[in-house]
Amino acid sequence: MRPILLQGHERSLTQLRFNSEGDLLFSCSKDHIINVWFSHNGERLGTYEGHNGTVWTIDTDSQSRFLVSGSADNELRLWNVSDGKCLYVWEFPTAVKRVAFSEDDERVVCITEQRMGHQCVIRVFKLNRDGDGTAQSLEPEHMFSPIGSKATVCAFTYTPNLIITGHESGKIALFDVATGTEVLNNERAHMDVVTDLQLSTDRSYFVTSSKDKTARIHDTKTLRVLKTFTTETPLNSAALAPNKPYVLVGGGQEAMQVTTTSLRQGKFETRFWHKVFEEEVGRVKGHFGPINTIAVHPAGTSYASGGEDGFVRVHHFEESYFRAKPYGDLQLED
Amino acid sequence: MASFNGTSHNPIDDELDFSDIEAKYRVDFDDGFDSVIVVDGVPVIDRSKLDKLLAKISKEFSRRGAVIKPDNIFVPWDDNAGKTKGFIFVDFGNPDAAAFAAGAMNGHPFDAKHTFHINRFTDIERYASIDETYVEPTVEEYRPKEHLRAWLADSQGRDQYVTYRGDDVEIHWHGKPSQCEVAYAKKNWTELYASWSPLGTYFATLFRQGVRLWGGPSWEPQHRFAHPLVKLIDFSPCENYLVTWSHDPISVPANLPQGPEFFSPEDEGNNIAVWDIKSGQLLRTFPTTTDENEDPAMKKQMQWPALKWSSDDKFVARVTPGQHISVYELPTMGLHDKKSLKIEGVVDFEWCPHGEKDKEDAEKGAKPEKTEKGAKKRENMLAYWTPEVANQPARVTLISFPSRTVLRQKNLFNVTECKLHWQNQGDFLCVKVDRHTKTKKSIFCNLEIFRVREKDYPVEVVELKDTVTDFSWEPKGERFAIVSSNDPNLGNPGPGITIKTDIGFYQLDRAKNDFKLLRTLTSRTSNTIRWSPRGRHVVLATVGSSTKSELEFWDLDFSTEERREGQNVKEEWGSGIQQLGSADHYGVTDVEWDPSGRYLATSASAWRHTLENGYAIWDFRGQELEKHILDRFKQFIWRPRPRSLLTKDQQRQIRKNLREYSRAFDEEDAAEESNVSAELIAHRKRLLDEWNAWRARCKRDIAEEKRSRGQKLNGEHHEEEKEEIEEWIDEVIEQIEEVVE
Repeated sequence: MRPILLQGHERSLTQLRFNSEGDLLFSCSKDHIINVWFSHNGERLGTYEGHNGTVWTIDTDSQSRFLVSGSADNELRLWNVSDGKCLYVWEFPTAVKRVAFSEDDERVVCITEQRMGHQCVIRVFKLNRDGDGTAQSLEPEHMFSPIGSKATVCAFTYTPNLIITGHESGKIALFDVATGTEVLNNERAHMDVVTDLQLSTDRSYFVTSSKDKTARIHDTKTLRVLKTFTTETPLNSAALAPNKPYVLVGGGQEAMQVTTTSLRQGKFETRFWHKVFEEEVGRVKGHFGPINTIAVHPAGTSYASGGEDGFVRVHHFEESYFRAKPYGDLQLED
Repeated sequence: MASFNGTSHNPIDDELDFSDIEAKYRVDFDDGFDSVIVVDGVPVIDRSKLDKLLAKISKEFSRRGAVIKPDNIFVPWDDNAGKTKGFIFVDFGNPDAAAFAAGAMNGHPFDAKHTFHINRFTDIERYASIDETYVEPTVEEYRPKEHLRAWLADSQGRDQYVTYRGDDVEIHWHGKPSQCEVAYAKKNWTELYASWSPLGTYFATLFRQGVRLWGGPSWEPQHRFAHPLVKLIDFSPCENYLVTWSHDPISVPANLPQGPEFFSPEDEGNNIAVWDIKSGQLLRTFPTTTDENEDPAMKKQMQWPALKWSSDDKFVARVTPGQHISVYELPTMGLHDKKSLKIEGVVDFEWCPHGEKDKEDAEKGAKPEKTEKGAKKRENMLAYWTPEVANQPARVTLISFPSRTVLRQKNLFNVTECKLHWQNQGDFLCVKVDRHTKTKKSIFCNLEIFRVREKDYPVEVVELKDTVTDFSWEPKGERFAIVSSNDPNLGNPGPGITIKTDIGFYQLDRAKNDFKLLRTLTSRTSNTIRWSPRGRHVVLATVGSSTKSELEFWDLDFSTEERREGQNVKEEWGSGIQQLGSADHYGVTDVEWDPSGRYLATSASAWRHTLENGYAIWDFRGQELEKHILDRFKQFIWRPRPRSLLTKDQQRQIRKNLREYSRAFDEEDAAEESNVSAELIAHRKRLLDEWNAWRARCKRDIAEEKRSRGQKLNGEHHEEEKEEIEEWIDEVIEQIEEVVE
């Protein structure tokens, strides 16, 4: 099927998210707007307007009831998914770079930027899910600052109160949010900034991408690197394809470093790697700027990529994708 | 004696054993007695004359410039005899003054009977403590050395290449896909770059301390040349000698060990050193030639190699631009005939390479009875050119050496620049002459081709309207290729500018005995010609451009079924030229054929840019065999091979029976292919099993953890929650009420 081009943003994309059923696709961008789309046909369902700066990050809960977003206007907002109303606003001294829901939808973690003398802070809020959602507590349940390199990405693990963080130095760490202590870390997980972190369906392993041109799969429990995918460009995003043993990675030379022209479009491809054999199996072209974010449909039937070029491309996998067995009949656990 | 114990924590030192070099360059500290000298031969006197004597000695010393006071003189006293002992100690306060005094006053006649003999106090100390008993020098046990050409005996006939990436130097075998492997790898093997000797025997790496040569199957150190801060090296064609260059002039510290392997004070201030590889001895050093009257702002890049070798390693020559060419004889490194070739205005020269025929002749020459007609040993030849100076035309001269007879001279006019290109068998010399029009506004090009093997050295001129940017002879062939351009941007490179070029192929027409155009390929961007070392195949590459990076693979004898030497195939002129393929290697900086002419390697080096560094290997048809994109990739070099030991007849025999050989090889290939795939499948199976085992463990862990928290498992309640919602949408399009009667 031809990819669906979603032209709803005027500036580069920052993050894409499917809801847990996969019928909705959320996108946020540097143009201050959050959009929601029907994933099957690319029709725009609506927007969430109110942020006054680049929206860096979004996440929805598993019931598609709440949406949280973090922005460069130093605000964390809670939205009602169905009608686009802003339910609550938290304000911080610096920009919000990453948000994520916990597995049970009860909590939200957010990372704020290290800037203007303020430290990078990780806060965990307990959401009040009763009523219309406007009655939230202003104060975070837990907050702490990681020592050393600042955190850039984070997510909850399957153990409550335990979060994984990726850091600017390339470190991956596990934090206990209640105490703010680093439970475990892998200092040499990457050699450069960790740009994205996405979990497997059961949260037992996760994939990270980094500017060091590699994407890696790690064990959530031990933080051991299980697989490494080496490319030749700095990577901005990596995602796991459910039901298929693939990892999707995307990136490209940063705009300010690109000195070459159309010939080098190869850099802006989404690459498919076999997650167990660490071999590249395919590429999808299309963007004409670096890919900033990739999200895969939770059923593994389609994926979306958002680029520096301001476009979101939704690709529905064709029949041949599901039939193809490039490595023969393998019994592979997801 | 206090000494600096050099333990630095540089990782290189951990890898390589430099303790001997460290010991050599160890810094000795003063021990305080360096300023004291011992004067022998002083008259033996009694106490009454002492003051007078000391005053006299002080005066004698001061007269020679070594000022001392009587207070600084210590006179040992023989109490029994009541007289002096005949020697004195003099303290100068600093070692330099003491050294000066020792030099100035040693052997000084004090009076008719007494002559001073001066030694440093520390020296006496040292010689006094030498062990008197004779120790038999231990004879080092004979250790057989590894064969330096062992790689040629590889059972699969593979070639080797070296890659240098980050700090890692690796030597690879290259053959069929399954036979490619790393032969040897070492971290920090070099600090600058690596290099092979011209016949592939040695592998040279450069360190701050000097050059090291390695070889043999286990890559043991073979030789070492201590030239601190060496930057450039050059081997002689037969691998007998090595030339090194350092930007920093040689300086000889006081305690540098002496010996034929080391610099001596006479070498101080020079930059270039010539070494004998087999003995490791220093032969001679030279300063870098610089034109005194040259404008420093216009300073040209130094020519390298600065010393040019004749191809039999018998002579080495260097040019002093504008004045003379100095030829030195090996192995003495003495100036040949004790005088240079004085040539007013000389700019550049090249030795004539020796072809295979010459080498065979040279071998036959050793047995004079077999000398046939025409097998007369050819003398070395060299060609040089001089520019137009004061009404004298520019001139290319061919002289033989050592007889120094001029063989051929050709006058040229309106010359801006000449380049001398010898064909690698020494059959032809092409002088690429860049000429300017009378107005000096535009430049065009003449190719003056000397047919060196013919009588009287006939010269033929090929005139071209465009500027020729690259010229290349086909190895062992009678063809050459040129890159020419009339692009207005030529000469002012800028970002994003790609120069349009034309490629021309020329061949010697045996009937008419002149060079004729075979074919021109127009509007290309290629700027580099790389002939296969066996001729016939040629690759045109666009190197150093940020936008274009094309590789074109051409075959010049495509239609000829079998190329037989000496046989003229009747066919249309230039019809055999065929493009075999084209490819693209983004950001390519280097293009190199392997010694067999079957494979081509292209690399993008981090020394030039940092985009997609790495290397690729192609076959001669332009099919990519492997490609590695590696960060911080710096260097790729094939290991050269020496000349084949097979005679012409043997080679012909092989060519004849090629079909039989190839059948054996085909069988080998087929067997191997199935082998490889089996291996890969097994590898995948292992990965798969590991993964599945780990996943099973994970799932168990999660289930346990959730159960312990009293949660329900995701999978258990997932099914029941799933409900299907069907939406029925009724749309009323039109409603008409009609009254039915």
